[in-house]
Amino acid sequence: MTAVSDPQSVAALVGEANDNRVNLDFESEGMTLNMGPQHPATHGTLRIIARLDGEQVISAEPMCGYMHRGYEKLTEVRTYPQINALINRIDWLGSFANEVPFILAAEKLMDVEAPPRAQWIRTILFEMSRVANISLFLGDFGLQLGGMTAGFYAFRDREWVLNQIESATGGRFHPNFDRIGGLKDDLPKGWIEESHTAMDKLLAFCDEMEDLLVGNEIFQGRTRGIGVIPAEIALSYGLSGANLRASGVDWDLRRDNCPPGLVYDKADWKVWTHPDGDCFARTWVRLQETREAAKIVKQLLDTIPSGPVMAKVPRIIKVPAGEAYVATENPLGEMGYYVVSKGDLVPFRVKIRSASFNNISVLPWVARGAYVPDLISILGSLYFILGDIDR
Amino acid sequence: MTLLLASFAPPYWLSTLIKVLVISAVVPTTALILGMVFLFKIMSWMQSRLGPQEAGPRGTLQLLADGVKFLQKEDIAPDGADLWVFKVAPLVVLMSTLVLYVALPASMHLVVADLDVGVFFVLAVASLSVIGVLMAGWSSASKYSLMGALRAAGQLIAYELPMVLAVIGVVIQAGTMSLNGIVLAQNNGSIFGWSGIGFPYILTQFLGFFIFIAAVQAELTQPPFDMPVAESEIVSGYQVEYTGFRFLIFFLAEFATAFVFAGIAAVLFLGGWAVPWLPTASDWYYVLGPIVLFAKVMIVSFIIFWVRFTYPRFREDQLQSLAWKVLIPLALVNIVVTAVLKVVL
Repeated sequence: MTAVSDPQSVAALVGEANDNRVNLDFESEGMTLNMGPQHPATHGTLRIIARLDGEQVISAEPMCGYMHRGYEKLTEVRTYPQINALINRIDWLGSFANEVPFILAAEKLMDVEAPPRAQWIRTILFEMSRVANISLFLGDFGLQLGGMTAGFYAFRDREWVLNQIESATGGRFHPNFDRIGGLKDDLPKGWIEESHTAMDKLLAFCDEMEDLLVGNEIFQGRTRGIGVIPAEIALSYGLSGANLRASGVDWDLRRDNCPPGLVYDKADWKVWTHPDGDCFARTWVRLQETREAAKIVKQLLDTIPSGPVMAKVPRIIKVPAGEAYVATENPLGEMGYYVVSKGDLVPFRVKIRSASFNNISVLPWVARGAYVPDLISILGSLYFILGDIDR
Repeated sequence: MTLLLASFAPPYWLSTLIKVLVISAVVPTTALILGMVFLFKIMSWMQSRLGPQEAGPRGTLQLLADGVKFLQKEDIAPDGADLWVFKVAPLVVLMSTLVLYVALPASMHLVVADLDVGVFFVLAVASLSVIGVLMAGWSSASKYSLMGALRAAGQLIAYELPMVLAVIGVVIQAGTMSLNGIVLAQNNGSIFGWSGIGFPYILTQFLGFFIFIAAVQAELTQPPFDMPVAESEIVSGYQVEYTGFRFLIFFLAEFATAFVFAGIAAVLFLGGWAVPWLPTASDWYYVLGPIVLFAKVMIVSFIIFWVRFTYPRFREDQLQSLAWKVLIPLALVNIVVTAVLKVVL
């Protein structure tokens, strides 16, 4: 394994060897600390079995499955529109983004394409759910590092986005707005201007967060150089999204492999990377991503075409036999659905590739040698949603 | 009325009784005031929330309602707890707070014990609370509690020394360790012959004030130094197993300690219970003294709580390096400069 050659584990090994040599008489056995399933920092029911020496983590192993809901199995007995309602609950902070890759996969199999207006609105709502999701991350990470106020500001300003999502789709958290071949409804009157205002508020929120949290010396002391994930490790563990870009890998599905049906090429935006790969880099990349997402929304709002929002599709949806995999760049990283259809009302099999499951898998590697407070920084900056780990 | 108070000379047993009653009334009251004003209202406004609205006029009775709620809760002790130690620990913490109030002067005579070494006494007993915290952490039979208690004990090494060193500057300048003496020295002093505002030591001892407040922040285990009770790391540390009344005692002790430390900072740096344009010998201070002190305490508390609501949390080793590499050298420089100027000027 590559692990032995990296400086972190070498330091850990050397430290261990020194401890064994010097402290023969004072040998203390480590302590096993169960963080979770109920622990404030895991925001959900993740359990981390941490083996500690004092406050230093010898090993940390995430245990998931406490909230497993069996979605992949459930999809085999649900029709496609029903699945759409179900998969809203995977990443519950960016629900709309969960629907899109599944719907795109179904559309690919049925060989239908949503009308341009629907594509535009999809992309706008997709990016809005990204803003809603990551703006909460910024506050929540502050909360985990002890800065209470950041959390409340995040909840306050996320409301601007959620209100827009609600007024367009009718659901604040679980829109269930996508249909195969388009969208359920057109946008309400005045929505575009209101969305401009909301995005301006969110851009101001990003500036505020940079002032309050990201620029803070204590915050930087707690995050810089903590939990460094080199690019090759990030790639070998299958990290995606901001976690990967923070390790310096310039990879974004929106730009590199955008599935047809999303119109990212119609907006002018930038993929941000950071060379450091530490907790600070992950936070910083996410902060920039929130800004970029708000800018994408603002540009697309101005160029939104007219026309219908729904293509001609049969009333009862039967997907022709075949296989399709569609992945999009969700707020947490790559989210993909591998849909296998046998021509029925229900899919034969759906494999859900959610980002957090892979993102959290790097934890044992990155947490060794860290202190317990750093473990919280690492966990917070890896940013997982429990529903995205346990599907 | 002030004359009446000035000529009031009760026998020893009565004065002792009065002092005990006053302290036991003042400690919870001040804790409630700070909790209500800062923790509930000002914190809410800073975080763009409304805070308590319903209980009493403008939500002022919310803390009382919460207190009653705590009293109703069952007093649970963990299975493996060292029961006797577990139950006594909150009282030890509270006792350290009570003892701190003994030395705080609210006017020339409104003080439980006007000690000649008041500063020394205050700094000595302030660290007693760590014993209670260690007892709580050890006896709770919980790993989180134990880690919290050990963090608190480790923190003591970091902040206690800067706190003592920061105060020495004031002591040198005043030439006395009596808290009342320091108040008198400030209010009867003059800045280059101009005695308009007396001579509050914050003007010269600004560095000392800053270090003192930072150390108080650590003593109170408040952000950015709240590692012993970090809720996102070790789930409130040594308090995690406490319920009901015993948890309430921890809460009371924390906020009462915040008040008394703000009071000591006000005495040391802001001129204490006196205002410069009224002679310190005036009998009006029987009434005015507590009010003036309270006002100054609220100003200092605002700083303490403002920092608390704004900053993220340090790591334990970062606090140590901050204390030993920054605060202690700064405090030593402060002492040297103060001592040299005291002799030269």
